[in-house]
Amino acid sequence: MARGKGFDVTRQPGFTTVALLCFVMLYLPIVLLVVFSFNDSTSVAEWGGFSLRWYQSALENERVQEATIRSVIIATAASILATGAAVGAALATTRTRPWRGQTVVFAIVNQPLMVPEIVTAVALLIFFAMIKVATGYTGLWYLIIAHTAFCIPFAFLPIRARLQGMDLTLEQAAADLYATPWQAFRRVTLPQLWPGILAGAMLAFVISLDDVVITEFVKSAGQDTLPTYMLGQLRRVVTPEINAISTALLAVSVLLVMAFFFLSRSRK
Amino acid sequence: MTDIASTRPTSMRDLAAARKREERRTRAFLLAPAMAILIFAASGPLLIVLVYSFLTPGDYGGVVWEFSLKAWFNVFAERDFFTEEIELADAHLSIMWRSIKLSLMTTVICLIIGFPTAYFIATRPRGTRDFWMLLVIIPFWTNLLIRTFAIMELIRNEGTFNSFLVGIGVIDTPIQMMFTEFAVLVGMAYVYLPLMILPIYASMERFDFSLVEAGYDLYATRFQVLRRIILPLVKPGVVAGSILVFVPCLGAYVTPRVLGGGKNMMLGNFIELQFGQGRNWPLGAALALTLLVIVMVALIFYVRAVGREEVRGHG
Repeated sequence: MARGKGFDVTRQPGFTTVALLCFVMLYLPIVLLVVFSFNDSTSVAEWGGFSLRWYQSALENERVQEATIRSVIIATAASILATGAAVGAALATTRTRPWRGQTVVFAIVNQPLMVPEIVTAVALLIFFAMIKVATGYTGLWYLIIAHTAFCIPFAFLPIRARLQGMDLTLEQAAADLYATPWQAFRRVTLPQLWPGILAGAMLAFVISLDDVVITEFVKSAGQDTLPTYMLGQLRRVVTPEINAISTALLAVSVLLVMAFFFLSRSRK
Repeated sequence: MTDIASTRPTSMRDLAAARKREERRTRAFLLAPAMAILIFAASGPLLIVLVYSFLTPGDYGGVVWEFSLKAWFNVFAERDFFTEEIELADAHLSIMWRSIKLSLMTTVICLIIGFPTAYFIATRPRGTRDFWMLLVIIPFWTNLLIRTFAIMELIRNEGTFNSFLVGIGVIDTPIQMMFTEFAVLVGMAYVYLPLMILPIYASMERFDFSLVEAGYDLYATRFQVLRRIILPLVKPGVVAGSILVFVPCLGAYVTPRVLGGGKNMMLGNFIELQFGQGRNWPLGAALALTLLVIVMVALIFYVRAVGREEVRGHG
């Protein structure tokens, strides 16, 4: 045996170094972005002391306020609608027998994950332009419906996974005890399904809150959400105000994602 | 009493048929909202794009309802304005080529960094793996625009990196990195890296390291173990990760727009241009469908590759 006692079979030369560098690279830009949001000068490279002035200026900026409210309205509406629709679709694909055409349903549900966003974005631009001309309506519902559509697969996946992992005997027992399908769902399935629904809704909310491309193409004039407002600002001189907005948005996403992570871990 | 004998089987059959109908109705009811929304705001509009790609552009954007193959012709070729000669559309092809080239390069960079990282996580003690995975998942779910912006802050002329180098006296003038292909490449690799790590890790997590031990028992070197044992067994994860990085890169819009500027357009930005200043909606529609076809080909390739691997794995 050429191997010594401390021989580690899993070791590959250089892999640990690359991995640790990779984690540094993943976080360095984000950490710098957050740090300089507290910077008391207009530079993103020189530290001028700690200050909350960019948060204050972001909070007082009317366009930021409007965009924030709009983002939250759209994300809330879209995540509720998408989760509702996803619960139905998930029940149909797990609690009824397999049927012909099921693959078509999966293809349609997963379409937003496969088709490049830019393609969907121009498709919606064209389609909604036609509707706008025909009806004259230019409100927020275009954005809400567009967001709902691409949020559905993100809500669908955790809910379906939860339904598949559930013990069917309880539902069968309910049916044996003459519960109607609705009663069985309401009293037996739904209480067990809640973690999945919550996880799906949270993912949908984050996805909607973060969307840039589809929103940029679908929005009418004066309908900026927080991300499209930021995208517009990046063309001009960037002040740390963008850092402050980014940090706030970042905090919301990270909190929701960590909640999702632990929610899905605790099931096991 | 022949009645009973003849009616019972049919009533049973009726009952079964009724239950089937009932189930079909429930299913339709459950599926209706999701299908309606998705067909209205995702699948259906794609068909309209197809129709638009065969129409004539309007003078101020939009279309004129006249059939034309010009948009599709213009995706690849153009007619010389003066001599009427048909030649390849160099501008379009170079943008397409840049998209494919940068997407491939991004995929390779992500693979070189992502593979060892996934391996590192998979070889940690079971209890700490979740922690490392969380570190990968957080950037993955962080707004893509914010991550692109973070890279921009790092590499722009007045950015952290240049200021640091000027500050310690390595360089006198900032290195111009923004608005180059390099910037787009760095940005895309940064943004899509988690998409490479996640599937590779997923296939490595199940990897049985006693196989590696067996390899060493047979006097394999570390490289041989990696090349002959580990890589073949985690190949589905590697293929999955590569496709998951390659596909969104091809359709990237935000990252090349912010970091590449007008000179380093990728397909996504070029498509947008046709709906904005270009005022050529049919060409934009045809380009969007071209992108869709390339992506679909990549996805089919992926399904085939992974599917074959699985078959071989079981056989």
